[in-house]
Amino acid sequence: MGRYVIRRLLQMIPVFLGTTFIIFAMVYALGDPVAQMFGDRTPDPATVARMRHDLNLDKPLVTQYVLYMGNIFTGDFGEAFNGQKVTELMGEAFPTTLQLTLVAISLEIVLGIGLGLLSGLRRGKILDNVVLIGTLVVISIPVFVIGYLAQYFLAVKWNWVEPSVSADPTIDEMILPAFVLAGLSLAYVTRLTRTSIVENMRADYLRTAVAKGLPRRRVIGVHLLRNSLIPVVTFIGTDVGALMGGAIVTEGIFNIHGVGYQLLQGVVRRNSPTVVGFVTVLVLVFLLANLIVDLLYAVLDPRIRYA
Amino acid sequence: MPDLIEKTPSGAAAAAAPAAEKREKPRSLWGDAWGTLRRNPVFIISALLILLLVTVSAWPGLFTSTDPRACNLDQSKVGSTSGHPFGFDIQGCDVYARTIYGARASVTVGICVTVGVALLGGVLGGLAGYFGGWWDALLSRITDIFFGIPLLLGGLVFLSVIKGGSVWTVIAFMIALSWPQIARIARSSVITVKQQDYVQAAKALGASTTRIMLRHVLPNAIAPVIVVSTIALGTYISIEATLSYLGVGLKPPTISWGQDISSAAQQYRNAPHMLLWPAGALSLTVLSFIMLGDAVRDALDPKLR
Repeated sequence: MGRYVIRRLLQMIPVFLGTTFIIFAMVYALGDPVAQMFGDRTPDPATVARMRHDLNLDKPLVTQYVLYMGNIFTGDFGEAFNGQKVTELMGEAFPTTLQLTLVAISLEIVLGIGLGLLSGLRRGKILDNVVLIGTLVVISIPVFVIGYLAQYFLAVKWNWVEPSVSADPTIDEMILPAFVLAGLSLAYVTRLTRTSIVENMRADYLRTAVAKGLPRRRVIGVHLLRNSLIPVVTFIGTDVGALMGGAIVTEGIFNIHGVGYQLLQGVVRRNSPTVVGFVTVLVLVFLLANLIVDLLYAVLDPRIRYA
Repeated sequence: MPDLIEKTPSGAAAAAAPAAEKREKPRSLWGDAWGTLRRNPVFIISALLILLLVTVSAWPGLFTSTDPRACNLDQSKVGSTSGHPFGFDIQGCDVYARTIYGARASVTVGICVTVGVALLGGVLGGLAGYFGGWWDALLSRITDIFFGIPLLLGGLVFLSVIKGGSVWTVIAFMIALSWPQIARIARSSVITVKQQDYVQAAKALGASTTRIMLRHVLPNAIAPVIVVSTIALGTYISIEATLSYLGVGLKPPTISWGQDISSAAQQYRNAPHMLLWPAGALSLTVLSFIMLGDAVRDALDPKLR
């Protein structure tokens, strides 16, 4: 197990470097961070040259990247163009988004697996069809449409909730945004659980368990659910990273000042250090989530052993 | 359970009476899939909707005679009136005409990205799976790297640094970011097929590599690629709309639902109709393509039935 973890961590290094290099190259080579600071005005060439030197932009791209990575490992993500440290922005943004993501993931686990289990057990019945059609509709409606519809009807028209989240949000304020954020994945988790349950209902080990006369609770809870959850766990694990990045739209609609909001502001205002810094951390979160998923496999499925 | 009981006797009967089977034309995977599709109501509904959408995007003039760019600020945010059933948006443009003309961008992006990704990913992944070696190793690392960049996040960062906002720029970037997903599927599918007995038999009979690839591997390995591509089509349309909504995807003068929703969203609380019509059209489009993908998967992947 320990050796497996070390091997996986080592394998992550080239992927991490490759991904961040692509992002870095896109932002710093294709876009021109210094020209963007001046907007429409034509800057003084001497000033530009000095700023390019200060920001290491006069060096070859690979050198710039190596210098940037070196700084990151000492905890220096650079400064946004208004002089605020990127790490300071992260310190404000990540806890908020983490809170939102955790609420969203809990919804996925509780509602998604619950609904998937119920409809899988009652395959072909009314509940199953309702769930199938409902998830299809949720999958088809883009997140920002769901967000505005939810905001319009629940907050503006019927006044059940506040239309936007306060500066220091509490958990109950996060529930509506989390629903919107989790909507798509919730539908996928439900469908995945259902398919998996339906497949495993036909398995030999399940027939054996029933034939042994085990109580229904045990058959479903231990034999069926545990085996059916393997693909679901994979999905939810990879989804953690996707949700943190996907919060761009949801956080914009509900005015939550998290990672997605800062990232979008960085993109709109062409604030290269913010964008690269946030994306780098997101990529790291994504890769770590994948590693944890692979380790969870062994817990769920004893047949999988990591030597 | 009933599945098992049905299959066994019919299989035994077929073995016992090969003469009876001869009269029936042998059905290929594709013939079988088409037979299933034709009888699937989901497929028929989604195919009709898609036919309508393609017609709308090819000849929008057939459905409206109003110019979507002829706007009158006097009519800003006016609701439904006679001749203008969907009302007007902030700029005073006719929402119905803009919704009709917006279909073209979404449908073009969806279809072109899907075809591009399937061709590029299918060929690169398929070759890697068939030949193995250094290209396979390199491709696996490349797909690993792209796997770390979610499509929406990558699209946001990449598209924000380039100036253009035409349909083709968006298509090119979306293909560049999403081909590894299909390449992975094509690779594993080709590896499975490559080890089958009929491929070994063809090799033993001295068939050329080209012949083995085109006649034996391709037809048997392509089904998963088609299934995943069809399902992804709806997702691509949704992502394009999201990028346009965020202001980095399609830009004027291209008319797109994403942009219209974005501008309507600023003031939708007192004129929700500006938001609801393009949003409804967008959702219906994505829905019909996802339904098509579901139907195609059910037809081509008998295990899931």
